[in-house]
Amino acid sequence: MDTSFRLFPEQASTAAEQVDRLYVFLLGVASFFTLLIFLLIVYFVIKYRHGARADRSQVSGNRYWILEITWSLIPLGLTMIMFGWGADLFFKVHQPPPDCIEINVLAKQWMWKIQHADGKQEINSLHIPVGKPVKLRMISQDVIHSFFVPSFRVKQDVLPGRYTTIWFQPTKTGRYHLFCAEYCGTSHSRMTGEIVVQQPAEYAQWLRGASSESPEAAGESLYDQFRCGTCHNNPTNPRCPPLDGIFGRMVRLEDGSTLQADEAYLRESILDPTAQVVAGYKPVMPTYKGQIGEEEVFQLIAYLKSLQPPQQRTPKSGPPPFETPNDTDQQP
Amino acid sequence: MNTHLAHHFDDADQQFDAARLGMWIFLATEIMFFGGMFVGYTIYRVNYPQAFAVGSSHLQLVAGTVNTAVLLLSSFTMALAVRCSQTNRRTGTVFLLAITLLLGVVFLGIKGFEYTEKFATHHVPGESFSLSEPHSSPVDPQHVELFFSFYFAMTGFHALHMIIGVALVTIAATQAWKKCFSAEYYTPVEITGLYWHFVDIVWVFLFPLLYLIR
Amino acid sequence: MSVAELPRRHYLNANYNIWSWLLTTDHKRIAILYMISLTLFFFVGGAAAILFRLELMTPQGDLLISETYNRLFTLHGVVMVFFFLIPSIPAVLGNFLVPMMIGARDMAFPRLNLLSWYLFMAGGILAIAAIVGGGVDTGWTFYTPYSTTYANSQVMAMAMGIFVAGFSSILTGMNFIVTTHTMRAPGMTWFRLPLFVWSHYATAVIMVLGTPVLAISLALIALERGLGVGIFDPKLGGDPLLFQHLFWFYSHPAVYIMVLPSMAVVSEIVPCFARKRIFGYSFIAFSSVAIAVLSFLVWGHHMFVSGQSVFAGMVFSFLSMLVAIPSAVKVFNWTATLHKGSISLETPMLYALGFIGLFTLGGLTGLFLATLAVDLHVHDTYFIVAHFHYIMVGGAVMGYLGGVHYWWPKMTGRLYPEWWGRVSAVVVFVGFNLTFFPQFVLGYLGMPRRYHVYPDEFQVLNVMSSAGASILGLGYLIPLVYLLWSLKYGKAAGPNPWNAKGVEWQTPSPPPTLNFDETPVVTEEAYAYPPLDESSAEGEPLEPVAN
Repeated sequence: MDTSFRLFPEQASTAAEQVDRLYVFLLGVASFFTLLIFLLIVYFVIKYRHGARADRSQVSGNRYWILEITWSLIPLGLTMIMFGWGADLFFKVHQPPPDCIEINVLAKQWMWKIQHADGKQEINSLHIPVGKPVKLRMISQDVIHSFFVPSFRVKQDVLPGRYTTIWFQPTKTGRYHLFCAEYCGTSHSRMTGEIVVQQPAEYAQWLRGASSESPEAAGESLYDQFRCGTCHNNPTNPRCPPLDGIFGRMVRLEDGSTLQADEAYLRESILDPTAQVVAGYKPVMPTYKGQIGEEEVFQLIAYLKSLQPPQQRTPKSGPPPFETPNDTDQQP
Repeated sequence: MNTHLAHHFDDADQQFDAARLGMWIFLATEIMFFGGMFVGYTIYRVNYPQAFAVGSSHLQLVAGTVNTAVLLLSSFTMALAVRCSQTNRRTGTVFLLAITLLLGVVFLGIKGFEYTEKFATHHVPGESFSLSEPHSSPVDPQHVELFFSFYFAMTGFHALHMIIGVALVTIAATQAWKKCFSAEYYTPVEITGLYWHFVDIVWVFLFPLLYLIR
Repeated sequence: MSVAELPRRHYLNANYNIWSWLLTTDHKRIAILYMISLTLFFFVGGAAAILFRLELMTPQGDLLISETYNRLFTLHGVVMVFFFLIPSIPAVLGNFLVPMMIGARDMAFPRLNLLSWYLFMAGGILAIAAIVGGGVDTGWTFYTPYSTTYANSQVMAMAMGIFVAGFSSILTGMNFIVTTHTMRAPGMTWFRLPLFVWSHYATAVIMVLGTPVLAISLALIALERGLGVGIFDPKLGGDPLLFQHLFWFYSHPAVYIMVLPSMAVVSEIVPCFARKRIFGYSFIAFSSVAIAVLSFLVWGHHMFVSGQSVFAGMVFSFLSMLVAIPSAVKVFNWTATLHKGSISLETPMLYALGFIGLFTLGGLTGLFLATLAVDLHVHDTYFIVAHFHYIMVGGAVMGYLGGVHYWWPKMTGRLYPEWWGRVSAVVVFVGFNLTFFPQFVLGYLGMPRRYHVYPDEFQVLNVMSSAGASILGLGYLIPLVYLLWSLKYGKAAGPNPWNAKGVEWQTPSPPPTLNFDETPVVTEEAYAYPPLDESSAEGEPLEPVAN
């Protein structure tokens, strides 16, 4: 980490350079107007100081309307440029590319717990390869936190009870600050960590070392421990929708709407199963809120994601619970 | 009448205008105050429609309906009281204010009865909250608890306003009894009336939102 | 200037009994009560700031433990925002001047006015009790679920204190609106009102419509902590963002409660010391109203990274940008007022010009925060701390001090030592910039706000900031000393020491209890300073202008 004194932060992500360009534009506009007002005031104060000889004849007519309109329209134009430019970039920063490395982040007072896809876990540090887009799925176990990496120019609040995501693509290897930016209690300022950006080969080597149980395996044992299979893996007794290939499918709900079974939906269905029930099924599943922590939910979802789509297997009775996205297009 | 004119006003009209405008502005404040809760209620209702319907079904519709009738009637008597004081009928003013007062107390009594019942059935949010729903019920009891959070916050603040209203009506009635008012000066009755109608209107919104929409 | 004397009878010596102060319904005396209590709160909040600035000299956090540090910045925020800035200009200068400027004998509701001071004090005492009884560590923003479930401090008492003080603000706002509508002197039409009154009217609208929303949010927090009513509790399915929406719905307009009255003060001072009509009267007046209206539509710009939808972010960003226009219109009009004036730099004018400069920079940096992609980076860093201090301290406090200096002769009948006044204005300006400019750099470098310990590379800028804070603190102590001194030893000011226009200057200083010996009749527009061309009797002989 570069700890020398500087006036401008390091640029270490694809977004950093773009944000800085916009920042410099804003800086230019702000400096121009601050200096303009400052110099005008100084000039007027000197030229028209009390007792100084100066032309003080007042101009009459409509000139002042022209002035008022000019200095309303110029700020309007400039702020619209700022708005458009900023919104466009903001939109891009919220559109992760499809081929991201996905990593789960659990925030709690006062640490960052990172869970890599293959089971590697770390606390208050995050290893990522340079040049690859990385997407974080984050949730808090207690209060609101905020994931902030200044060198990447990205920040996203981490909420309890809801997944938020953030993505970035590092462009430089090195170590960078990770801060919690949303005040979260006594040790808020110690809820920091570092982002370690490595060469892909180095990163692959790091990933291989001393890996713990993979989240899928952990999720599978949770799945067995809570006997989820008793209902969900029982093709003859279709009280519950089967879960093979559930992730990413379109799901038809009781009220006729459809949604994509993403992480947020799977999480909700575990913790609050009756909120959005699949069409054709009764809301009989008990809630697991309070029995399963957010970390275990991550593991269960990892397991569910690993389940392959069924091969020609449909329940004997009961409506087909899932449709591929194409099917739904024909439905009203 | 000049005894009622404060030193800083030029005439009684100015004073009356000021008082009435002031009360209207205060009521705007009150709308924003309840508005915050209405916004929250609306958002959660959209999020958890079934739970809110279940919560609503645990309220006593009869008590709520009676209370609505009581309040509407009290608004009517209040309006008549203001009219009486405008036309210099003192006995009528006092009598109608007393009826309004009585109806206000009845409302609070019924509300108190409803609250007691909620305590008895553990429907008050907090540690002791429990919902004796059949197992097949498709709702999360904690979301029903949210409904009751809103129920108590909204009706509680409304009841607080009712208590203040009852106090104001009592003062107005006593002053009317003591012949403080006349057709030239009845400002306190007028602004008490405005306040009373406002509190009534809040209930008119609360009643369907909490009791009726299921 | 001829030797002036204090009038024999005025509102200050009308009665010396302590109850004549504590039960007064005279808006001028209530303004003085407010001024005394606000000064106390200001120095309490300032002391907290000095303490944590001292702590931030080193990165390790070795002077205070983090519990203390967190309580100190919460104290600083709560006291400064709710118990100093929001009431500052409206409750002191507005209270004193709005009735006088429109030629009224008092506010429309003098007893409510007194009640509002008592509510303010009751709220203040609750807040102090919360601080003494263990402090509050949530930050002045009280974000849920930290404030409702996790904070282990006196959140209830503090929330109730702010709740109660909020009603003081509502009553003050109500009084301003009704007073402006119903109490104007004969001839005082809406477009003859001084801009001070226009701005206070706009402020009052925000107070009346915004404060109750804050009140209900804090009441719900108190209910949640006290009675287990769980409206914001994520464990029950409550949405923690709902609180942020409600909170900022008030607290963003609250920023304009702080800065609009300052703009009011500047709009009075600038024409007086430029000896010239204000430029673009109606544009300044309507820009105040525009700011008040827009202020209610931009709260979401505090929540760009909170997880609200991208679309909502865009709408709020767009609306926030629009606020720049009325603000820019004001700045340009004040600057244009200087053009072809006859400018002298008395203390109030120095403060007012300081305000214009600092507000310009504060406002422009606000655009950085309204720009979505840049806000992603600077949100919750020192950049935002610097930005709102430029608005609230560089703007609101400079305006307050300028106003206090401008109307001090009117309020007390005495002049303060002018030289010391100018020194204080310069020291405050320099100290302020030294304190807060480094924080812009610090913020863009990425130092998060509310950090007790921080990485070493941020130390240099933090030391600069702390050094500036000591100068700023000194700058605030100087006026305290010479203003108090002037109460006894200051020269008598006479009714109109600045030769200013405006109804309030037509009555003796200090004014009589009923403000005017006879009701003034207004026959001309505000700021009707005589023309400054060659024919001017006031000015010096000028060179003939070549046409």
